[in-house]
Amino acid sequence: MAESMCRTLRDGSLEGEQAPALTIKDITASPFGFHVFSHVLSQLSSFILASKSQSRGIVIVAFSRSPSFYVDLLKRRGIDVNSSHKWIQILDCYSDPLGWKYQLMGSGNCMDVSHETPSNLSRVCKDVKDLDKLYSMILELGKGLVGQGKDRFSVAIDSVNEMLRHASTPTVAGLLSNLRSHEQISSIFWLLHSDLHEVKVTSALEYLSSVVASVEPLHQTAGGKRGDLENLSLLEQNIGKGKLQVRFKRRNGRVRVVNEGFHIDQSNSNFTSVLSEDGLVNQINQSLLPKVQFDLELSEKERIDRAKVVLPFEHQGNGEPIHIYDGRRSLTESKTEATLSSSGNSQKTDSGEGEIIYFRDSDDEMPDSDEDPDDDLDI
Amino acid sequence: MENRALNLLDEALGLGYQTDPWPLRGRVVLIEDCVETSGCFVLHQLLKRTLSSQSPNNTVIFLAFSHPLSHYDRILRKLGCNLVAQRENGRFFFFDMLKLLCPDEKEERNGKGGFISLYWKIQNTIRALPENNKNHATIMIDDMSLMEVAAHGSSDHVLDFMHYCHTLTSELGCSLITLNHEDIYTSMERLAFMLQIKYLVDVLIKAEPLATGLAADVHGQLTVLNWGFCNVKGSSNNKISNFHFKVKENSVEYFYPGTRT
Repeated sequence: MAESMCRTLRDGSLEGEQAPALTIKDITASPFGFHVFSHVLSQLSSFILASKSQSRGIVIVAFSRSPSFYVDLLKRRGIDVNSSHKWIQILDCYSDPLGWKYQLMGSGNCMDVSHETPSNLSRVCKDVKDLDKLYSMILELGKGLVGQGKDRFSVAIDSVNEMLRHASTPTVAGLLSNLRSHEQISSIFWLLHSDLHEVKVTSALEYLSSVVASVEPLHQTAGGKRGDLENLSLLEQNIGKGKLQVRFKRRNGRVRVVNEGFHIDQSNSNFTSVLSEDGLVNQINQSLLPKVQFDLELSEKERIDRAKVVLPFEHQGNGEPIHIYDGRRSLTESKTEATLSSSGNSQKTDSGEGEIIYFRDSDDEMPDSDEDPDDDLDI
Repeated sequence: MENRALNLLDEALGLGYQTDPWPLRGRVVLIEDCVETSGCFVLHQLLKRTLSSQSPNNTVIFLAFSHPLSHYDRILRKLGCNLVAQRENGRFFFFDMLKLLCPDEKEERNGKGGFISLYWKIQNTIRALPENNKNHATIMIDDMSLMEVAAHGSSDHVLDFMHYCHTLTSELGCSLITLNHEDIYTSMERLAFMLQIKYLVDVLIKAEPLATGLAADVHGQLTVLNWGFCNVKGSSNNKISNFHFKVKENSVEYFYPGTRT
């Protein structure tokens, strides 16, 4: 449900409520979380540009990709980054997260950073360990976009893992929660590689979010990593494809889980939902059904055969004369019956249509009809 | 002549026909091996391929944690590549990191200081390259697990260092080729380190023994996984390939399973 995910972020938060937060998580077996992230990012960006969303701008906190990567990504998807109306800011925690390059520059060996994006779009953070500073930088950049008034902005964090590597779980959770509760933040989403941390860390972050989208491989292997490689065909099927399980948590506590398949376009890394693709849906449906010994599903042939069966009286009312079988064979029927009996009954099966063969034992038996049998008698 | 011919490994990595721009430009390659099957030969082959005359702009910065230069010189000489000559030509930079394992200075006690200065050295080396070669540098690390030893067991420092090397790939178009051992990362904590590296990686080359056991003519199998295929436009469509190999004295044979008895 990639679309409703984006809609939730677009609609933003209500007055006096926390901003909706989306966790996108993936695992090494299906490491396409970043593709989902960039899909959500570009969707939200186009909403913002078209003024369809509550937020007026977006701040990307870039830990795992360079700012120029994001600028290229958005340009490739036809989103105007350098529009006259300033709407995007990138907090660059990628280029120099620990200040090594800055220190080197300080020692007189300046490096030309010609490949960097124009500095009006991004700002380098040289110490990612200081989360308080990070928080104030995010707010500063956001307020630079939308001003101090009532306008709101969105925040995108491309790797919570990097944050967790440099700071403890409670401080990271505190930062995210502070961001959610800030009155000028409309929505927030982040990417998490869930297998890098213990379950408790992942769940702590999931509690903080109203929507959790988890990327899972289409085909799970029972074994460990080694088993993965042994089964090459399985692995091949998992490249570029996957399953997206989205869990929406409503304000009243109701939880809705939606499954969806996706595949990633090779040429421009598009994220396309393939909910309509039969095989995928069947596969997902099957995983939702309780495990039973017998087959509850119909095969394609069985389904076609079932559709062909003419139910009793189904032909009535479509212009054909109404026949009600009275147990006596009519003249035409007796003719076919004669040919049948000569060539044997096996031919009957080829006609493809079912027929009830019934011989009346005696004339005493009442025919299968509600018309009066003595109607033609002239008494 | 044989080594000029296109082999399965080159093909899987997309090194086949196009050398300009260098197909591995801006990409991170991880060679993963295990005790039973060593993956060093892949590193040797890639080193040779990178320095080959077909791509004269390539430069290699080699961080040796496990073996000295003389070791690599001997091996590469047999493969037909003279490392000492390449070093004199300014195309091969050898950083002997064996000493980093036992740092003398006090400030390098925690291993972190050592990595910062190592990164500075790499950055300055790339900066000093002639303009044509600046965007064609390849950083090779011959044993990532020994980097951890150098960092006194702090995998965080290694990850920080790897992150900074990764910034070089995106800013300057360097490629990064590393060797790591899979089987030493089994516990949860250590597994996380390896997985973290894997999220950085665009191409994973896995060297494993044969699933069917030992064979005289086959030394193992290689699996090349091109995860980063989505990031590069028009890259090869070989997302995943698997083949067997036989390491010979001065070359390596690659062949598909079943094509050799």
